[in-house]
Amino acid sequence: MDKYNLVIIGAGPAGLVAARAAAALGAKVALIERNLIGGDCLNVGCVPSKAIIRTSRLYADMRDAENFGAQVPISVDVDFPAAMERMRRLRSRISRTDSARRLSAEGVDMYFGSACFAGPNAVAVDKTVLHFRKALIATGARPKTPAIPGLAETGYLTNENVFDLTERPRRMLVIGGGPLGCELAQAFCRLGVQVIIAQDDPMFLPKEERDAAQILSDALARDGVEIHLNAKVVAVRMEGGKKVADLVGDGNEFSIFVDEILTGIGRAPNVGGMNLAAAGVRYDLETGILVNDFLQTTNARIYAAGDVCLMHKFTHTADASARIAVQNALFLGRKRLSALTIPWCTYTDPEIAHVGLYVREAWEKAIPVKTFTILMHDVDRAVTDGEEEGFVKIHVREGTDRILGATVVASHAGEMINGLSLAIGSGIGLRALARVIHSYPTQAQAIKMAADAYNRTRLTPTLKSLAKRWLAW
Amino acid sequence: MTEPSAPSDEELLDKFQRAAFGYFLEQFNPDNGLVADTSRTGAPSSIAVVGFALSCYPVGVERGWMARADAAERTLVTLRFFWDSRQSEQPDATGYKGFYYHFLDLKTGKRVWQSELSLIDTTLLLAGVLAASVYFNEDTASENEIRERAHAIYRRVDWQWACGGEATVRQGWKPGSGFLHYGWEGYSEATILYVLGLASPTHPLPENSFMGWTATYQWENIYGYDLLYAGPLFIHHFSQAWIDFVGIRDSFMREKGSDYFENSRRATYVQREYARRNPYGFEGYGKDCWGITANDGPGFKTLKIDGRERRFLGYAARGVPYGTDDGTIGPCAAVGSLPFAPELALSALRHFCARYPEMIQESRLPSGFNPTLPGGGPSGWISEGYFGLDQGLVVLMIENYRSQMIWKLMRRCPYIGSGLRRAGFTGGWVS
Repeated sequence: MDKYNLVIIGAGPAGLVAARAAAALGAKVALIERNLIGGDCLNVGCVPSKAIIRTSRLYADMRDAENFGAQVPISVDVDFPAAMERMRRLRSRISRTDSARRLSAEGVDMYFGSACFAGPNAVAVDKTVLHFRKALIATGARPKTPAIPGLAETGYLTNENVFDLTERPRRMLVIGGGPLGCELAQAFCRLGVQVIIAQDDPMFLPKEERDAAQILSDALARDGVEIHLNAKVVAVRMEGGKKVADLVGDGNEFSIFVDEILTGIGRAPNVGGMNLAAAGVRYDLETGILVNDFLQTTNARIYAAGDVCLMHKFTHTADASARIAVQNALFLGRKRLSALTIPWCTYTDPEIAHVGLYVREAWEKAIPVKTFTILMHDVDRAVTDGEEEGFVKIHVREGTDRILGATVVASHAGEMINGLSLAIGSGIGLRALARVIHSYPTQAQAIKMAADAYNRTRLTPTLKSLAKRWLAW
Repeated sequence: MTEPSAPSDEELLDKFQRAAFGYFLEQFNPDNGLVADTSRTGAPSSIAVVGFALSCYPVGVERGWMARADAAERTLVTLRFFWDSRQSEQPDATGYKGFYYHFLDLKTGKRVWQSELSLIDTTLLLAGVLAASVYFNEDTASENEIRERAHAIYRRVDWQWACGGEATVRQGWKPGSGFLHYGWEGYSEATILYVLGLASPTHPLPENSFMGWTATYQWENIYGYDLLYAGPLFIHHFSQAWIDFVGIRDSFMREKGSDYFENSRRATYVQREYARRNPYGFEGYGKDCWGITANDGPGFKTLKIDGRERRFLGYAARGVPYGTDDGTIGPCAAVGSLPFAPELALSALRHFCARYPEMIQESRLPSGFNPTLPGGGPSGWISEGYFGLDQGLVVLMIENYRSQMIWKLMRRCPYIGSGLRRAGFTGGWVS
């Protein structure tokens, strides 16, 4: 049997990108999937969550209609099943792009079943053994399960089954204040669910900067989410047909009665069941498959990409890492993971997006930092849109215009951060950004305003005095 | 008939300072020296307010509002209580490891409201204790005892324990659950905490703790001002109520070519600029009406006012330009900026007097008022009674503006100088 140039395990974002890219370049490619094509992002992640977030934003806007000079009926009744049905319809539509038939047409051999390494250069799918010159592991990650006594017996939701809901729960406890927990807490709250969120940390999104997390906290509270920061769920039980969660916060114990419990405390890499030892691939249950900067595993023929090996578990990172892996595996490439500029975004309202270094990371590297901050309430388009909450913060190396990182908190921060990623990735500084004409009025003009603020700091008293003298004619 | 002429700045400030000082005479428990957190019925004592009270008594003596012997007697009662009260892990003790619980029963001095063993509030108490130890320098029985007890109280504090095994101090501790989980990232009012902690001759903070904390700072350009940002105005005031930061710089400020005094001046200008822009259309905000800080508010509720949904807060940390803001103004915070930006603070105080006279009773400023929430007059909602922290800040900051007395006094406190030097401050009076 002919060897495959590339056997890919996992048809999620990383696997699909790698399969298409390799096939397009003429490689003989096999793609193995044990579940649904599309992976978490399409089926139980970004796509369904963004669909219901959009509906929930609409309901929030309707409730706030008077602030927009509009009239709506006195009461706005949420049609929860319709929102979920729309989500499933859109998910189905997007999934067509990645159907098995289309992949086959693009030259990818699809295999459905569980993959298991049969040696350093062979993998078995059920009883079929595929031999490979190179392989790529892209099995993704799954939700971590909190070790809370009684939780498993009582039953709980994760991102893997929450989108199967068809009826609106009356009360829902969200455990975890990371991106998933915050996004879904706000979305379900806006869809009429009484949401309580418990976060075992002093603030939401603990990796983000304090001011961004504080704005998010205020936004959730304003929407009506009951917030318990520094609160840990210590036990779960059933009582009178309800789920009861016992919490401890700041030394106080209290209980919460809910219909559903949603957990979102992070993701664990899918490294089990593949007989990685047979292939000589080392891994860690917490951090996933060990790779070097070229995404090569401890078996030089086998690479990994996406959530199974990366700290940043995002679809776009999976995509970028898959492209690096294909190039390095098939074309003797020496592309480095560390060279990537990776933005990310939490799709709450307002959204919180970041790229590059945080100030604390710059300090750790002994890089002096100065931050140019523009408030969204000073951006004309944000004002006209009624979306004034948030800021753009651009961190530069002190005394230069070199952008080290940026945080954007704004209604469309996810869109705005891309321009800053381009700037960082291309070495474009604030001086050059100030020269770029931004269309008016847009919310992204906040970035230009930050660049202008930088330019104003270049106007030293000496320069001002010289200019004044020059203009005295 | 001629209109009465407007009071001079000096007359105006004297009137407000004396009125604020009166709070500490009214809310003092002569049995234990504790001072009520607020003037509201049944209020407990806040240890931070006691710290302000101990610092205000010397001001009262120097201004002729109080006899030195009376001030010494009040101080001594207070110090005896804090030295003799029970220190233990028991939930109803007064303190533990030399620190004290945030709120104490005004009569018994025992912990109330299940409050936390508060590091920052203990620090503000200690600042007052040490101010007293420097001021009462005469060789009399009572003043000798003041100095002796003050030093003993300070030396008993176990700052090393307060780090909880981490590089920087924790925010607090509770019996049963241990150290609070709150993060303390970014610039805050804790500078004086580190200074006193580093200077301790018995249980000092690790040398690198201050650097560990300042590594979380962000130097920002906002509204054209370069500053170390913190939203609530009180953060820019509290450490500087006692410590003179003019011309002295730590490593961070040396790198930025600024100092904390200048930083507070810029923070005041940023507040004024925010109020002038007034992005959320709050009633009253303007170039002379600002002071967004941690203070009392109308209560946690959402109301529709003039077709716009407004969400109000109770006692909360408000901050601008991108913190929480519900239209509540803290007039005492505006006065607190007097040493840094007198031109702005005096304009604000005169504006409050002219525009919101019903908010000011007998020259005493409330914790907050909110013209956006309709009330009995232009001030809208007005906080009931008075808060000790506000009144203490008014007394000390007006004094620092008028005579720099507290700053000069604390310069003579050896712990302040050594703590600043251990934190890496150089230049000016610490060199």
